[in-house]
Amino acid sequence: MAAQVEAGAENLGVENGKIGMWTFLVMDAMTFAGFLAGYARLRWSPGSGWPMPYETFGVIGIQLTAFNTFVLICSSVSMVHVLAETMKGNLKRAENWMLATIFGGLFFLGVQGYEWTHLIMDKWPHMLSAGAAPPAYNSNFASTFLNLTGFHGAHVAVGVMYNVIMYLGLRRGKIDQDNASLIEIAGLYWHFVDLIWILVFTFVYLI
Amino acid sequence: MSQSDAMGFLSPLTEKAENSWFWYIKEWVCSTDAKRIGLMYIIFGILMGVIGGVLSILIRIELFSAGADIMSETFYATLPGMHATLMIFFFVIPIFTGVGNFVVPIQIGAPDMAFPRLNLAGFWILPAAAAMALSAYLVPKGAPGFGWTGYPPLSVQASLGADLWIAAIILVGTSSTMAAVNFLSTVFNMRCKNMTLFQMPLFTWSLVVTSFLILASTPVLTSAMMMLELQRTFPAAFHFFDPQGGGDPILYQHLFWFYSHPAVYIMILPGFGLISEVIPTFSRKPIFGYAVMAWSMIAIAVLGFVVWAHHMFTTGIALRVRMAFMLLTMLIAVPTGIKIFSWLATMWGGSLSFKTPMLFAVGFIAMFTIGGLSGVVLASVPVDIQLHDTYYVVAHIHYVLVAGSVMTIWAGIYYWWPKMTGRFYHEGLGKFHFWVTTIFINVTFFIQHYLGMQGMPRRYFDYDPQFEWANAISSLGSFALFSVQFVALGNLVWSLYAGRQAEANAWEDGETLEWDISSPPPHHNFPEPPVWEPVDRSHDEEEGHELQPQPSPAE
Ligand SMILES: [Cu+2]
Repeated sequence: MAAQVEAGAENLGVENGKIGMWTFLVMDAMTFAGFLAGYARLRWSPGSGWPMPYETFGVIGIQLTAFNTFVLICSSVSMVHVLAETMKGNLKRAENWMLATIFGGLFFLGVQGYEWTHLIMDKWPHMLSAGAAPPAYNSNFASTFLNLTGFHGAHVAVGVMYNVIMYLGLRRGKIDQDNASLIEIAGLYWHFVDLIWILVFTFVYLI
Repeated sequence: MSQSDAMGFLSPLTEKAENSWFWYIKEWVCSTDAKRIGLMYIIFGILMGVIGGVLSILIRIELFSAGADIMSETFYATLPGMHATLMIFFFVIPIFTGVGNFVVPIQIGAPDMAFPRLNLAGFWILPAAAAMALSAYLVPKGAPGFGWTGYPPLSVQASLGADLWIAAIILVGTSSTMAAVNFLSTVFNMRCKNMTLFQMPLFTWSLVVTSFLILASTPVLTSAMMMLELQRTFPAAFHFFDPQGGGDPILYQHLFWFYSHPAVYIMILPGFGLISEVIPTFSRKPIFGYAVMAWSMIAIAVLGFVVWAHHMFTTGIALRVRMAFMLLTMLIAVPTGIKIFSWLATMWGGSLSFKTPMLFAVGFIAMFTIGGLSGVVLASVPVDIQLHDTYYVVAHIHYVLVAGSVMTIWAGIYYWWPKMTGRFYHEGLGKFHFWVTTIFINVTFFIQHYLGMQGMPRRYFDYDPQFEWANAISSLGSFALFSVQFVALGNLVWSLYAGRQAEANAWEDGETLEWDISSPPPHHNFPEPPVWEPVDRSHDEEEGHELQPQPSPAE
């Protein structure tokens, strides 16, 4: 591992890395804020012709995604266990919880991929061929949906890779009790991705 | 070895690098030392500034007289946008990041930035991004001709060059957020003993505030650019900004200006901080109203987020909304005014020494005030409707960015040059550079206020012959302004070979930590962690530093 730069005499009482992650998350949150502000503006302008999500996705679509949300929240819970076990020094258990976290992320991506395929092929064929008729409602319903869920999905994918790296670190003994903060920082990112999903889910599917 | 000790961080680290230029340069381009990265930022910024300057000279040659002169109108259309892109994203912002990289860790008593490798990566994104933006001139149909704002529908319809431009903007944004994360982590977590937040030098403060601005605003630009790129790449699927598909072109403008108004402060707050270092040093007096100076920067930053729609007064947004934005915009003049008066109060009664950095600082105060006042004029809704997209706006931004940012950049480079290189520039040439620059900034840009008042639109290839004489004056001024910058660059290069050696406290009156260590500083800044001696920042008569009694003019 590279030499870590030490905190100075006057500090905030945490490692540099944690402040780095928090500030990065501020910036990432603002990227989502930009997309969400665009969504809000397109949807809630007079005469936007925005459909009701509940009717458009259908009950199955929303319930499938609700289940997916549940899985993502569970993977956040298991991430908490990874940190707790690492701090206690139970590295084997920490590894297993990390595997569960990675699995949760992969499951989420799989369901999202299925949903995207279904929506683009069956509901929004105009996206692939210019000849197909666009839907009767504002087609930005589809654009913003893909934009928001896609950008979030990319974050989940990065998070899965991040977690795999942490998992390998645990397995190879490079992460243990003494530098458990590396797990904590990875956890910050993973919980953030979870939190953003709850916002996106609420905006795009529920209201 | 003793000779390379004197060269501080400039000296080669390994024997290999000592004997071969190739290894020495390789050591630089892979260096994680914030001071070296800082210098690379500055050199890169100057290079881009020269290219951006050439583009502006092309504009001024074309506008010298009415009618088509030396280029086609499609080529001309690419110039204003490319000039602005280079100057904003590749010149002003990187140079401040560079000066910050050099100075901030030293000012807070840290050995380096918090994430040295992130720092290096953030820097190297920039040349790649610049190459992408400039290579737009090489692809079929050339660079985008929609100005630096990239409004749809023009930017949706533009050719391949626009994709390169968008990608470059996203990369630049990534680079500057990487730097912001680094600055904040460094300043919050790596200060030396006794360097509490309200003991920090004001230049460090300015970079903290700027980094927050970057962190909160740049990602919104990135989101707008991504949406634009999606719509360009998949025209059948995405219609964010296309009214025919249920989209809204004004949405783009909101997102764009949500970044690009704070960007103005990203480009001027480090300058404010820098001037707050230069003026006390050359007035031999502590800064007046330290805490108010810090808080007014924070106030400017916060207000800067709620004024963006003043760029959109002619897009048809509701009058009540425009009134609110007008009021908030005018409010920014208050904290800015506080800063101007604090600088003047610092000089008041000081023992002034007008070295080149001080000249640039004072020139900045005088001319930036003109830019600030024309900003208040433009903030007024009825006046703005008249002046929107005229040369008045061009005059205003150039008073803010040339008489503002560029003057402070020169003040900073002259001020810290002896610290960075251990050598003094030629003072006489520096003063010559200052006077010629100041005079020709006014020759070039002041007359553009009149052009704008009379209705000459910006970004136009051709104009009514009645504007010819004023355009000729402006063009002549710009030629002189651009050429004299090479005198300054020559001066800096000359100093490396023949300049007088600088002491640790090169200006004798520097109070911050960088003046405690050798010039140039050693590789890890401080042999051991320094301890800051707290300064009483109040103006209390008993405890604080004294305000010298002033003789009244009548005596
Ligand atoms: Cu503005």
